[in-house]
Amino acid sequence: MDLVALLAIQVLYAIASLALISVGLAIIFGMMRVINLAHGEFLMLGGYAAIVATSHGISIWLSMLVVAPIVVGIIGVVVERTIIRFLYGRMIDTMLATWGLSLFLVGLTTAIFGNTTVGISAPLGSFQIGAYRTSAYTLFVITVAAVVLAAIFAVMRWTRLGLIARGTMQNANMAAALGVNPPRVYAITFGVGAALSGLAGAVLAPVSGVFPTIGVAYVAKSFITVIGGGAAILSGTISASALFGTINQIATFVTTPVFGEVALLGAAIVLIRLLPQGITGRFFRRGL
Amino acid sequence: MNGRALNFLGLGLVGVIGIAFLVLVPRLFELDMVLELTVYMIMAILALSLALIWGYGGILCFGQSAFFGLGAYTYAIAMFNVGESTIPLLLAIVLPAAFAALLGYFMFYGRISDVYLGVITLTVTLILFNSVNSTAGPEFHIGSARLGGFNGIPGIPPLNFPGDKGSPIDLEGMFYLATASLLLTYFGLRLLLASRFGRIIVGIRENERRAELLGYDPRAYKLATFTIGGALAGFAGCLFANWGNFVSPTIFGLAQSAQIIIWVIVGGRGTLIGPIVGCIGIQWLNTALGANQPSGGSDWWAKIFANAPLILGIILIAFVLLVPKGLVPTLGDLGQSLLSLRGKRAKTRLEPKPAEEG
Amino acid sequence: MKLNRRRFLQSTAATAAAGMFGSSAFADDPINVASIHDLSGGLDIYGKPMVDALTLAVEEANAAGGLLGKQIKLINYDTQSNMQLYTQFAQQAALKDKVAVVHGGITSASREVIRPVLDRFKTLYFYNTQYEGGVCDRNQFDTGVTPAQTVEKLVPHAMKKWGKKVYVVAADYNYGQITSQWVKKYVTENGGEVASIDFFPLDVTNFGPTISKIQAAKPDFVWSALVGGAHISFYRQWAAAGMRSSIPMASTTFAVGNEHIVLSPDECNGMLICYNYFQDLKNPVNEKFVAGFLKRFGADYPNITELAMGTYQGFRLWAEGVKKAGSVDRIKVIEALETGISIDAPSGKVTIDPPTHHCVLDVHIAEVADKKLKVLEDFAQQKPADTAAVCNLIKNPNDNQQYVIKI
Repeated sequence: MDLVALLAIQVLYAIASLALISVGLAIIFGMMRVINLAHGEFLMLGGYAAIVATSHGISIWLSMLVVAPIVVGIIGVVVERTIIRFLYGRMIDTMLATWGLSLFLVGLTTAIFGNTTVGISAPLGSFQIGAYRTSAYTLFVITVAAVVLAAIFAVMRWTRLGLIARGTMQNANMAAALGVNPPRVYAITFGVGAALSGLAGAVLAPVSGVFPTIGVAYVAKSFITVIGGGAAILSGTISASALFGTINQIATFVTTPVFGEVALLGAAIVLIRLLPQGITGRFFRRGL
Repeated sequence: MNGRALNFLGLGLVGVIGIAFLVLVPRLFELDMVLELTVYMIMAILALSLALIWGYGGILCFGQSAFFGLGAYTYAIAMFNVGESTIPLLLAIVLPAAFAALLGYFMFYGRISDVYLGVITLTVTLILFNSVNSTAGPEFHIGSARLGGFNGIPGIPPLNFPGDKGSPIDLEGMFYLATASLLLTYFGLRLLLASRFGRIIVGIRENERRAELLGYDPRAYKLATFTIGGALAGFAGCLFANWGNFVSPTIFGLAQSAQIIIWVIVGGRGTLIGPIVGCIGIQWLNTALGANQPSGGSDWWAKIFANAPLILGIILIAFVLLVPKGLVPTLGDLGQSLLSLRGKRAKTRLEPKPAEEG
Repeated sequence: MKLNRRRFLQSTAATAAAGMFGSSAFADDPINVASIHDLSGGLDIYGKPMVDALTLAVEEANAAGGLLGKQIKLINYDTQSNMQLYTQFAQQAALKDKVAVVHGGITSASREVIRPVLDRFKTLYFYNTQYEGGVCDRNQFDTGVTPAQTVEKLVPHAMKKWGKKVYVVAADYNYGQITSQWVKKYVTENGGEVASIDFFPLDVTNFGPTISKIQAAKPDFVWSALVGGAHISFYRQWAAAGMRSSIPMASTTFAVGNEHIVLSPDECNGMLICYNYFQDLKNPVNEKFVAGFLKRFGADYPNITELAMGTYQGFRLWAEGVKKAGSVDRIKVIEALETGISIDAPSGKVTIDPPTHHCVLDVHIAEVADKKLKVLEDFAQQKPADTAAVCNLIKNPNDNQQYVIKI
């Protein structure tokens, strides 16, 4: 019985971490059709921001939840203004540019921080479920994911910014005709997407560690989740994370982590074959 | 000169230069340069396979490395089991082609397109990577060939003269084989693209619905293109296994896959010479950046300039912003504007535009 | 038309320029030594200290007058954790730079890539990383520890301290596979049992289910043969799940990548490890070495790793071989080294074992304590018994393969 509870927590955790790492990319890709191959590096930068902030005495919670998103958000805006801005509508070129950006960021972080970086350990300790001990930090990650998704929903649905963003996404010219400044909206959107990725990276830093090349582990999975989710940002990310996270964790538990990965990838292929426009191409079509 | 004649002239020049390269390089350069150029030639064949699929077929394949890796692994495994190289070479072309056909059928007949296609192909190559990467134990073997997991398969025997197990190809022979294969591939693809098949797939790339309405089945043509591309990539993989005498699971990885796409973008999509140039250029850059590490210490100069990812990243970004169409088309445009300038000055009649194919 | 001319010009210009890089245009002929390590990509945590140690060794030798009256030039290749570049750079080092020796290769995979290349082009090769044992190749010398030197000592020590039931988690490539077999052998020989051996590819970071499985098995301690940056997350997640107070850990791979500095003391104090070298070893040679190293690379250098010392010792051994042979000719140096050359290294006395081309060295068991490694027990002059069981290059000098040692 306690094993079931443990497994349930681990599944929720898998879903939550998948959603967290994907939602930033979902916003950037969903809103602007930009394939950001440097997404993994934004996550990595979030982790480093949290570590640097913590080592300078800022509380770990503030570093993870406030400092990291702000830092990476600013980096995101800078990247958008200097590089991405010139490449809208040119999906292929953004791929090349963001791939170059990811190499650059990896090189830069290695140059600044070197290879051996002190990490941060997971706060909150552990708790007991029957015969098993598990980390209480996983509950924190699940909570953060839920709060972030709820916040995005609230902003999109009930604020002016969300309305403008949705409008620009659906029809940029119309939005411009109504007095909205699309380039400014894009810059803010990219910044927000980057900030969310930074937050995800920071929150996951105590769990998976931070080193310059950790982005590689994230980028493929988040892409597959975002594309599998389909056009709608929120419902797509949530449904795809739920599906893939569950399959991944259960397969890992029954067999090995490798098979868990393969199961996730296989499920993605089957999904896209059956639903060529992603989950929200067919279901939840009118969701956010 | 009209466009057609220029085209033939261009092809002729490529042929002459290619043959000169083939014959002269081993005579003019040292063995280490010959070896380095051999791998560049092999990678150029891989670049051409994606140039066909993506540049002309319009299929964004993010997993071309899957066929490349399959070719290399198939050759290695077959070679350990069979011992004589004719069958392994054939298998290394046929198996990836069959896999491409299967995957293509799955994708094109399911009407999957553009970015979703990219994701599925990426997923496929990652599945292969994850699977092969975890075959390190002794129980993972096909016949007498251990798969080796992360360590890969070292010590792969080289190709031998067909039928004669005792005469393996030597290092210079490898260069001849790779360069000749590249030239054959290039001219073969030129022929293919000039034929009816070639025009149809370009038409499908431009507007699939229109091609369909004109009576062509885009799924079948895309499938054929994809299969040919897969076969070429598999062949390149077999040559690669011969060059390095090793193969390891990183050949299936995201980095390798992205590299191939980068070559095609940098060189110029929609051309054949472009990806060859892009591939060789970036490969050379990678090598040069890695080979020039200053010894010792971590002074900031070394940290910035001996930092391969940093430099490569800056170059790529600059490239996208400054040379967006890719090297070869941009050079082609430059050439055209020079030509038409000269024409304007010399004659009142404008030069006809040469065809945008290189 | 112009496209093709440009293409030709480009490629010839490129190849000509490439030819100019890296060539030694020095007035008086130095002795070339190549270093082929990963300085970027995922494996740079291992490669960078190794290259630093090699640099120091070369500079020390040059300051003392060089070798055979000539200065030594270190040519540094960064393989960027890319196998293709290992092949290319090995070819370049052998054919273009015509080096006297190559020190390089980190993972066993990279070693098996360059070993045949250097064999073919007759360039001497020193492999300075700890590995699974079994390489039998007259052209190669191995200065790293093998399982019979470390695992054989650590297993009984840990079993005596903690208990007889062991759970093994290992990296899924041949080093992890083979080391875990050795662990099993020594555990069984000492009357214990192995609950399970689980393998994880090098990029796995999700260890949640595994930790639950370990809890269900209730072992007395966990043996870790995990490798690389991603696997550090196992130790983090283990500590986060509160397991540190209940089940202890031993390892022969921990700390090689400075894991004890990356992790906090709460996450790894008390772990037992066993290696040839520790920065805190108390002997005059080491104290002098550490002082010189920190002066060269900064007092805040994180830790001088086992692999760094392996590289330093490898270079010193080669230099002694050259001095004894009186030349850098490959066969002469090999024959000199095969007389059983020995050096007084910071880790103790290191001697080449002629039949195996591996090294006889001291090993020590240490405990992780507040980001430092505290030496607990010493074992002098351990022989490479595992490789010796399968390899004898004096009797069979033409032997050339890596044996998978039957356990």
